[in-house]
Amino acid sequence: MLGFLGLDDLDGLFGEIPEALRLAEGLDLPPAMSEPDVAWRLDELASRNRPCGRDLVCFAGAGSYDHEIPAVVKAIASRSEFVTAYTPYQPEVSQGVLQAIFEYQTMIARLSGLEVANASLYDGAAALVEAVNLAVVATGHKRVLCSQGVHPHWRQQLETFSRGSGNEIDTVPLSGGVTSWDGIVDEGPFGAIVVAAPNFLGCLEDIASARAAADRFGARLVVCFDPVSAGLLQSPGSLGADVVVGEGQPFGTALGFGGPYLGLFACRLADVRRLPGRIVGETVDTGGRHAYVMTLRAREQDIRRERASSNVCTNQTLMAVTAAVHLSWLGPKGLRDVALGCARATRYTREALCSIDGVQLMTTAPVLREFAIRTPIAPEKLIESLVEDGYLAGVPIRAGFEGTAYHGGLLVSATERRTRSEIDGFAAAFEKAVR
Amino acid sequence: MSAPLPAGRALGAPLLAHDFEPTIFEFSAPGRHAASFRTTDLPTWTAEELVPQGFLQAESVALPEVSERDLVSHFTRLTHRQYSVDLGAYPLGSCTMKYNPKAADAGASLPGFTQVHPAAPATCTQGWLELLVELEEALCEITGMEAATLQPAAGAAGELTGLLLMRAYHSANGESERRRRVIIPDSAHGTNPASVTLSGYEVATVGTNARGGVDLDALRALLDDDVAGIMLTNPSTLGLFEEDIVEIAEAVHDVGGLLYYDGANLNAILGIVRPGDMGFDIVHLNVHKTFATPHGGGGPGAGPVAVCAKLAPFLPGPRPTRGEAGYELTTPEHSIGRVHSWHGNAVVLLRAWMYLRLNGGDGLKRVSEIAVLNANWFKERLRGTYDIAYDRPVMHECVVSAKSLHHDVGLSALDVAKRLMELGFHPPTVYFPLIVEEALMVEPTETESPQTLAALADAFVQVARESRDAGNADDAKAAPRTTPVGRLDDVRAARKLVVTFDQRRPD
Repeated sequence: MLGFLGLDDLDGLFGEIPEALRLAEGLDLPPAMSEPDVAWRLDELASRNRPCGRDLVCFAGAGSYDHEIPAVVKAIASRSEFVTAYTPYQPEVSQGVLQAIFEYQTMIARLSGLEVANASLYDGAAALVEAVNLAVVATGHKRVLCSQGVHPHWRQQLETFSRGSGNEIDTVPLSGGVTSWDGIVDEGPFGAIVVAAPNFLGCLEDIASARAAADRFGARLVVCFDPVSAGLLQSPGSLGADVVVGEGQPFGTALGFGGPYLGLFACRLADVRRLPGRIVGETVDTGGRHAYVMTLRAREQDIRRERASSNVCTNQTLMAVTAAVHLSWLGPKGLRDVALGCARATRYTREALCSIDGVQLMTTAPVLREFAIRTPIAPEKLIESLVEDGYLAGVPIRAGFEGTAYHGGLLVSATERRTRSEIDGFAAAFEKAVR
Repeated sequence: MSAPLPAGRALGAPLLAHDFEPTIFEFSAPGRHAASFRTTDLPTWTAEELVPQGFLQAESVALPEVSERDLVSHFTRLTHRQYSVDLGAYPLGSCTMKYNPKAADAGASLPGFTQVHPAAPATCTQGWLELLVELEEALCEITGMEAATLQPAAGAAGELTGLLLMRAYHSANGESERRRRVIIPDSAHGTNPASVTLSGYEVATVGTNARGGVDLDALRALLDDDVAGIMLTNPSTLGLFEEDIVEIAEAVHDVGGLLYYDGANLNAILGIVRPGDMGFDIVHLNVHKTFATPHGGGGPGAGPVAVCAKLAPFLPGPRPTRGEAGYELTTPEHSIGRVHSWHGNAVVLLRAWMYLRLNGGDGLKRVSEIAVLNANWFKERLRGTYDIAYDRPVMHECVVSAKSLHHDVGLSALDVAKRLMELGFHPPTVYFPLIVEEALMVEPTETESPQTLAALADAFVQVARESRDAGNADDAKAAPRTTPVGRLDDVRAARKLVVTFDQRRPD
């Protein structure tokens, strides 16, 4: 090949790079390792983690949940046609991914109670940032009211990206665990009202009152929902949400130390041209055959460039396909079973923990799959102690709740995977730890 | 290349799936289901006992009701309607569709990593934190930077993060008001200008000179103390190394601006030259391109951002660091905040760590050498058949053009792409960069064998010859005819918008 190019050596390929810039010594990195050596080293690192499972029973949630992932979902999601394909820019050879996304979009629209959904965003937090941008562009108002019940990491991310977009985020505090929209004296105008339902503390929020606030301020209503709650609760869309975002990790994606996850995004048909990211639509081919294609491409960054309202290119398609498979595995009954199973396990855990001396529920509003408690010792200390007993007790409530009654609490969650004997064992260890 | 080895092609319709595949919703039959759960022995409280009536839904969400068997066959048939890297060459320019080693699949499914909760205390996550710190250090060595954030979930997220770091740096110097423009070449990826707008800056576009590089005079004319920085891809989207990079860096730094390196094309220069040594201050990497993490049909990726020392205090947090008592998560003093729900696309980053370990420092240099060799060889094989946009030695990809073909026999870049599918290959990127007419942007990558490259080049040549020499442009214009579906009606898709099954209406 070098001969064909008239070159003597590989170095000759790089003649256009100024000599002074060239790396003389090579990279200071460890030498290549064989595949089994790398696998061995990785296994060694894995042994320094404490994964959730029988040896560390998971009661932590906060947006990352230990749900059942069946073999069938893993098998389909690891098919190399899905795993090693690129973005479906050439639809004739990409019908598999395109149709799977179309089916996913349908499922997310149905879960959220809205008309259209996109092909995914990075995670729940990224979806929220895009939702707020959509609302601001649609209304022309840059001020945003965000409930403190929205996941603190999502709020932090909203804050980070607002420094670029110039959006102004005001936080609306919680009372009894839920947002009170009535006390707001500032008349806006606001571009978006953001509420999480259920919220970070596990409490069910009254979406209708958030809708009323949005109407009062002429704002779009953005609801951050837990898609598992769609197994029991009325959908945010049916209660008046304009945009619904969420974290799709519960649908077949492992805890995975926080990523890759799945940003869910749904909105009204009227806003479809403001929808961020990719969207797949139906059409026909030259022979009149039914087919799928990425559509409304003129919104996207590669065409609209600096006038695009989103820069999203790569998304989380594999997780979206995984979610479509997982939701098909669940079906309506399975999704209800998961939501009901979470609610039952959470009720049982809550009653067990709250019967321990010095443990108090921090909220009064109804909860679904998660609850916040005050513990006699600091949550970090308690968590460390219970790890020794084989339980991941929960997540400390800290950043994003400074100066509130919830700061220093412990957020506990139990999924449909938790059994009575696990919860009983957890409660017994908990009692010993706080004694 | 004299010994003719056979080259694999994904020829003809993918397996059994030429016919229409119904949606999963159409397979649905009431009462069927596949799910099964643990037996919990918990009290069987009803929904009404658990949740106040006012919150409860009247009926369940209409998800598909299918057996596991029907579920598997539906999605497996979909996979038969899908091209992929595992099936054959995927020479999409700018996308670096190299082979994804299976070792990383195995690593990425180890429960010791996949079952770790992201909010677990550091004592439970030492293996993860150590891996991420090692990865960060390797990325810094490769780019010539001081520190990096692993949080951004994709290249575009990395761009926006990098620009917010630029903004934070200028703000700390009291220059946030004055510096409001970011310069971008007209050959740049669309994500660059979109990210600039989202970061609150204005785009200033600089043109391309006759050799395909940044027009230095035009750049100097744009440079003033209102410039926050410049975003460059080097090698550029034309596949060309920016010869004047030292002068560009000096000129931008002279007015107090920063240099941002778009890592989309990093696969060309691993171990050869480092962005830091060229004068860049901020670098994003696309691990789903350069470090062989699979693209997943459009994602997930990961877009770490590495920076020079003066920008390190602004990095997003919390970030994995080495502490006195082990690895920990810490937040830099002037952090711009979070850019991800947790710690980034960790399992994707794990795959990148494995790729770096499998290759080592020398192996990475070899990766770039072969990627560049393949692109140059490919360009020379097409000389005389296609137009060469800028006739210079290229780096990891080459941009050729169907301009003459289009002019002479009416064959467009799109026609070439579609005909290539019939010959068993995924097409290259078309109509990008925007500054090249009828552009065909080919990135063979280092993982394709010489015989695959030869077969791919032969296919390109065949498409041109059959229309130009044999006077048969009809085949290409009618292509593809051997794929699950033929050319699609894009206009109809946008006009009669159907993006969910529920919007489907009879004609």
